[in-house]
Amino acid sequence: MNSLVRQFLITDADRETERSSELTNEDRPSDALWGSQAGFGHLVEGHAFNIPAVPDPSAFLRLHTDDHADPNCKIKIQHGTTTLAFRFQGGVIVAVDSRATAGSYIASGTVKKVIEINPYLLGTMAGGAADCQYWETYLGIQCRLHELRNRERISVAAASKYLSNLVYSYKGMGLSMGTMICGWDKTGPTIFYVDSDGSRLKGDLFSVGSGSTFAYGVLDQGYRWDMTDEEAQELGRRSIYAAGHRDAFSGNTCNLYHVKEDGWKFIGNYDITKLHYDGPGAVPGAPGGGYGYDVRTDSRFSTLSEPVAA
Amino acid sequence: MSIMEHNGGSVIAMAGKDCVAIASDLRLGAGAMTVAMNFEKIFPVSDRIYLGLTGLATDITTLRDRFRYLVNMFTIKESRTIEPSTFAHLVSSTLYSRRFGPYFTEPVIAGLERTPSGGLKPYIAGADLIGCLNFAEDFIVAGTASDKLFGVAEGLWEPNLGPEDLFETISQTLLNSVDRDAYSGWGAIVYVITPEKVITRTLKGRMD
Repeated sequence: MNSLVRQFLITDADRETERSSELTNEDRPSDALWGSQAGFGHLVEGHAFNIPAVPDPSAFLRLHTDDHADPNCKIKIQHGTTTLAFRFQGGVIVAVDSRATAGSYIASGTVKKVIEINPYLLGTMAGGAADCQYWETYLGIQCRLHELRNRERISVAAASKYLSNLVYSYKGMGLSMGTMICGWDKTGPTIFYVDSDGSRLKGDLFSVGSGSTFAYGVLDQGYRWDMTDEEAQELGRRSIYAAGHRDAFSGNTCNLYHVKEDGWKFIGNYDITKLHYDGPGAVPGAPGGGYGYDVRTDSRFSTLSEPVAA
Repeated sequence: MSIMEHNGGSVIAMAGKDCVAIASDLRLGAGAMTVAMNFEKIFPVSDRIYLGLTGLATDITTLRDRFRYLVNMFTIKESRTIEPSTFAHLVSSTLYSRRFGPYFTEPVIAGLERTPSGGLKPYIAGADLIGCLNFAEDFIVAGTASDKLFGVAEGLWEPNLGPEDLFETISQTLLNSVDRDAYSGWGAIVYVITPEKVITRTLKGRMD
């Protein structure tokens, strides 16, 4: 026990002394693992992720983690999700759900699937939660370094390409991410779709995840470039509701963000069942009343209200 | 994708003092997609027996019709209404008759059984998809949320609950369990069977 504590207490200087007395432990983690590298020390040159000591590491990982081919696998990674982002006259709207599932079990209903990279950049999370969280935080560090080196903010194109190249370098190793990097730079509001296969696409409108088809249905129907801010926020909210309602693996709450010229702003968190029965409340742009089909059509369908005269 | 999880849905039955309750969610899905929110899984067999069926929706509908036919034939031939325990064995043997090509359903039976002294006593039973009967004194669960239902029911159920307390217990158990199951929910329906009457209530549930 004492030696374990000591192992984590000693510095490189102590290690030098120890090395001379031949007490060196090859497996001891280096100081770069923590301290000034903000937890990303093992990415510093000369260090790397621990890789399983088997002939084919990625095959080993695939054997033991959740995969599309084998849903019965022991280790489950968060998969079901709905995320969307679209560009319009007033900036970028980013809306996501908050459900995390492990198989059919709803593990959490309060997941933050929008990652705040910096005050001008947002990333969305679909696929492996840890992969998205880790690499988008890492992207935040690199974006800040770019800012310090070049005395100007990184463009959304450059930031997304940094992430895209990074995940491509791990291709085949089991990374799972489908993300949208959204922000406002010199060229205006911008969205890039980046995934772990290495795709990087620029576009006006994206939706990612198991509920994306439901979200696209509402989004495509209501999308216009010249929407007002309120209309756009309502469209984002309504689209995530549609996905949460119809997709078993999406739901619980909707987190809504709006990116403008002066950076992103968190608009609100909306309970999807509350949206179904009561609507978003006294919010600008909302029609008032619930989004639910039964709620909207209750006693308003085509029954004859008065007897027809003979 | 398991065939038992394709359409989703869950049922629970609970015994109380001189009463039983049976409840289900209302979801009908096709894999991850929710297709309908008004799919009932509990059917009356007599005025004091209800049958809940979970699993594959097509087999739920088929078995509902089949049991209606079999119970009608029983009633005509025997000139009396069927008892819950007799019906449970009818369910069991019907399912076992398809031992090598089963119906993909897990039934739950709730009713009031006539005692030799002429009184009525709570009766609940469940079975697996090939008819292995499971008699319980407390509660029976089935469906995609069965593991969650077990956990919550184990915590909330207590002996000798009256009809209103039993309604509250079964409703809270079902609603809170299906909120942790991706394949169940989207509304619920509860039946409380007492010697005098059957109380039916539809519940507002989470719609996601």
